[in-house]
Amino acid sequence: MLTAAIVAILVTMLLALIRTFLGPTEYDRMLGANSFGTKTVLFIALAGHVLQWNSYLDVALLYALLNFVGTIAVMRFFEYRNALEERDDPESAA
Amino acid sequence: MTAIIEILSGLCLFLGGVLCVTGGVGLLRMPDFFSRVHASGVTETLAAPLLLIGLALQMEWSLDLVKVAMILILVLATNPTATHAMAKAALHGGQRPLVFDNDKPTRGEGASKP
Repeated sequence: MLTAAIVAILVTMLLALIRTFLGPTEYDRMLGANSFGTKTVLFIALAGHVLQWNSYLDVALLYALLNFVGTIAVMRFFEYRNALEERDDPESAA
Repeated sequence: MTAIIEILSGLCLFLGGVLCVTGGVGLLRMPDFFSRVHASGVTETLAAPLLLIGLALQMEWSLDLVKVAMILILVLATNPTATHAMAKAALHGGQRPLVFDNDKPTRGEGASKP
């Protein structure tokens, strides 16, 4: 059952990657990348247990932290970008 | 006792895998950004704990079990936060949810102006 779960995670990673490359907006791309990152954490945890890697859980923990910080940082960067453009150029806002 | 734990672990892993793929398909097939957030974010928040609990049930008592619990708590805390931040950033960035009015898809005005 562990192998089946790993295959399911890999399929989901592929789907998230397709959304990341297709995504019409930057938010879609970031959503796909965040989903991919979470699935990577799960993949490392499960595959490390099956294949008996050394200290794989530390890597998974670190990757979870990095994924969260990266998502929040990119979203802070994108959040008020359009509002600033409208303020600088009031003609295009209407 | 071992058989019960095996069955429980298999059930958790199976449900987690199914939810995982469901979230992935929803992420690919849903029509607009906010429904994609819903599809992937909501299922992900349940799929990750199920998979990690299924993994933890198969491990023996050691420090690794504590690390799995730490990953579990971290994912449970950060995943909804990241999803919420993304939806809020998209709403502030000018994205509007797709609203069906008389079976005709239109861009809604959004619940509140940012």
